[in-house]
Amino acid sequence: MKLTTSFEAGRLTLALAGELDHHEAKGLMRELEDRLEMSLPRDCVLDLTELKFMDSSGIAMILRLYKRMNDMGGRLFVQHVQSQPMRVLDASGIDRIIEITA
Amino acid sequence: MKDLNSVRLEFPSLSANEGFARGAVACFAAQLDMTLTELGDVKTAVSEAVTNCIVHAYPDSIGTVYMRVRIVDPETLEIQIKDKGRGIEDVEKAREPLFTTGGDDRGGMGFTIMESFMDSVKVRSKVGAGTTVTMRKRVEKRLKQR
Repeated sequence: MKLTTSFEAGRLTLALAGELDHHEAKGLMRELEDRLEMSLPRDCVLDLTELKFMDSSGIAMILRLYKRMNDMGGRLFVQHVQSQPMRVLDASGIDRIIEITA
Repeated sequence: MKDLNSVRLEFPSLSANEGFARGAVACFAAQLDMTLTELGDVKTAVSEAVTNCIVHAYPDSIGTVYMRVRIVDPETLEIQIKDKGRGIEDVEKAREPLFTTGGDDRGGMGFTIMESFMDSVKVRSKVGAGTTVTMRKRVEKRLKQR
């Protein structure tokens, strides 16, 4: 799992590469929260272009990220979701509360 | 009926083995004529079941996860994932979406994902003795392409 971040004009982009499961999520959530606290973005974009695999650990992580952004009065966008992660997100129904695009 | 082919694996309940388990099943499943989507579904379900063993069956210790994968017929893959851990008190409740005993970092979606991605999911559990999850995936018949 690789995390790349960039911050521009109030928008924090978090790009994930690799496979996201319970093993990877353990350390990753902490790191994502650190980045949020450091930049206090207005918008947060989770870029999943390079995320090849995700299980339900990813759902829990996205929900937590969404709550954090909500608490700060900001928005979360999940973008460039590949086919397998999209099936997992579809099954979870979180696209009803979070803006998710392929 | 005799299995067409099968494999057994056992490994300690270390989270680093989640990736190994789904990768191993995917390699074995390549013998069936699965689409990438079907293969992704199987990998996801395996990842959920193995994570359950690691997080819930053996919460404070390292136990053994037993996995058996078999080709039941040319269109059916069966995966059994078993632990000798804590067991589930109320299986019906554990299968409900969003129910979790795992805290904030777990979403309670594991069984929901297994059920929506596999054709059948059976759960047998006994408190103090362990849990066995048996899942089947049927391969959609397609015209053979040369």
